[in-house]
Amino acid sequence: MARAKAGPVRIDPHEDRRRRTILTPEGVRLPLTIASRGSRAAALLLDLVMIYAAMAATTAFLLWIGLSVLGIKPERLDDKTALGGALQALVITYFIAIFLFRNGWFLLFELGPRGATPGKRIVGIRVAARHGERLTTEAVIARNLLRDIELFMPLLFIGGALMSGDDVEIAAWAGLGWFLIFVLFPFFNRDALRCGDVIAGTWVVEAPRRKLEQALSIGQAAGVRSAATGTEYRFSEAELAIYGEYELQVLERVLRDDRPEAMADVAEAICRKIGWNVGRGDERAFLDAYYTQLRARLEHGMRFGKRKADKNTPGAG
Amino acid sequence: MSTNPGSTLAQRVTGWFGRSEDQAVAAAEQAALRSDRFRLEREPEWKRLEGIVARIEKGRMRRISDEDLLALPALYRTVASSLSIARETSLDRATIIYLEGLAQRAWFIVYGPRATLGGWMRRFLGGGWGASVRALGIDILIALVMMITGTVVGWLLVSSSPDWYYALVPGGDGDPRVPGASRDVLLKSLFGNQNEPALAVFASFLFSNNAQVSIMAYALGFAFGVPSILLLVHNTALLGALLWLYHGQGLTFELIGWLSVHGTTELFAILLAGASGIHIGRAMAFPRQASVLDAAAAAGRRTAQVMAGVVLMLIVAAMLEAFARQLLDSTAPRLIVGTAMLVFWIGYFFVWRRGQTAGPDAGDGA
Repeated sequence: MARAKAGPVRIDPHEDRRRRTILTPEGVRLPLTIASRGSRAAALLLDLVMIYAAMAATTAFLLWIGLSVLGIKPERLDDKTALGGALQALVITYFIAIFLFRNGWFLLFELGPRGATPGKRIVGIRVAARHGERLTTEAVIARNLLRDIELFMPLLFIGGALMSGDDVEIAAWAGLGWFLIFVLFPFFNRDALRCGDVIAGTWVVEAPRRKLEQALSIGQAAGVRSAATGTEYRFSEAELAIYGEYELQVLERVLRDDRPEAMADVAEAICRKIGWNVGRGDERAFLDAYYTQLRARLEHGMRFGKRKADKNTPGAG
Repeated sequence: MSTNPGSTLAQRVTGWFGRSEDQAVAAAEQAALRSDRFRLEREPEWKRLEGIVARIEKGRMRRISDEDLLALPALYRTVASSLSIARETSLDRATIIYLEGLAQRAWFIVYGPRATLGGWMRRFLGGGWGASVRALGIDILIALVMMITGTVVGWLLVSSSPDWYYALVPGGDGDPRVPGASRDVLLKSLFGNQNEPALAVFASFLFSNNAQVSIMAYALGFAFGVPSILLLVHNTALLGALLWLYHGQGLTFELIGWLSVHGTTELFAILLAGASGIHIGRAMAFPRQASVLDAAAAAGRRTAQVMAGVVLMLIVAAMLEAFARQLLDSTAPRLIVGTAMLVFWIGYFFVWRRGQTAGPDAGDGA
């Protein structure tokens, strides 16, 4: 791939800043988009809600077993009877379940083929290794071990102070300060890395799921003759030479959106440039024909190494 | 534009897709643009890859035939090369965006986490863990020195003024282990507790508590290792204070026996957690030729394996603390168990080596 920068024309400058390119072992450049901080926060909140719901459900379930099914009272925990043993088993299950929810939730889901927790899946983002390396088990472990101090520590901090009853205010401020340091960390680097990402060599990227859309230049639409009016739209070299790839892609978007007002505006703009006149209501056929012929011309140029990025690029045939 | 139908090529490319073949070829012949013919000829392969990838992403590995699984890498390469060609010859943005997305999804699967959890566990226990511990190198010594320093400092502080004891040891009300306690009281705290109930509950509580502390010692390495060191010193200062207290009544040996049952495992685990934290901190402070980010990432991955092991060690330690210590009610067997555990860990980490593919990232080659 000699032409590194010859990728698709960039349209959204805001999204542009989050675009990165990785080079696969096959030598293909794949574009990635860094997940926005907002979507990551949303994913985290979703996960936390799910984790706490799961914890609460587990607690309730174990309590229900203990109190209703087995009918044992808390003070019988120390009994050497079978019932005491059953109660002990419940308490142990509780401790282990809470530990696993806290430490295992992110770990197990991110090790899966989607590299994402349920919250991340809903938002449409995933974990990946930086610079196109293989995402390893170790990396996922490392990034989630740090989650503990980023997220749960300040909560414990405040919780502990509340329980003991003194220094609540100091603990709250300290916890808040601590929390802010880690929450704000992603805002101070370009790749929106949190501390765990730094340690693990990972980043979080968008995981889009796109369908292959119908080609615009195939079938009826691509014809020269308008189906509605029978007009033939055939453009000359000079009439096609005024536009470049950028305009072609804008035109593609307009055609895919299929909004009559927008198409009328674009058709009018093109007509003004090339001195044509299109009958009202036949803009779609006109634009389809123009799109197909412009693309044919530009792709023909491409094959001979001549590209025209936009209307301001001179030459190119 | 020349319009060469190229039907033989189309037949070859789409030859194995049965019914869609004829349609694809027919459509390709109709298409006016060369780039559209290219797209129509390859679309069945793209769609096949998309189907396989979608099923893997949903976790339905079992519903994928062996044939599909074998075809996955080849299909991935086909799509990657289609993408390169499309970028050079096609201006159909929809196709390029679709191919970029598909190639990305397939890339994540082809180059995703290789091992299943079970396979990772086997590699981890069968040498990977020990290799990663050895990779810590000098940081284990640094952590060890810090822990010894902490113990000595704790001892010295308390012996200079017993008030320090209350600051270091977080004793609840009614804890008999305070300065000035009689020999009998202290002795009773070490022996004769085998009838203490709910040992298993105690063990699970101990484990989750200790694991959380060691994860913290590791994670705090992020701040150039300083908090990890502080945590190590603080925790071992407590140990020093306890030693001083029992030493005052001539019970040093008994206390060491009481501690060693689980302590050799637990302190070893804390040592490794602290060493991992220091390892990361040192890698970030002195990254050598690499950038700080790369150095941190390399250290983080190396130590993550150690930390998974630390959690395992703490499970063992909690079991020992809750069961073995209460069941062995005299100093000699306690010391034997403690020493045996220490010898086991040292042998497992430093003596037993298998395979020379050291390092956690080894064996991950594509």
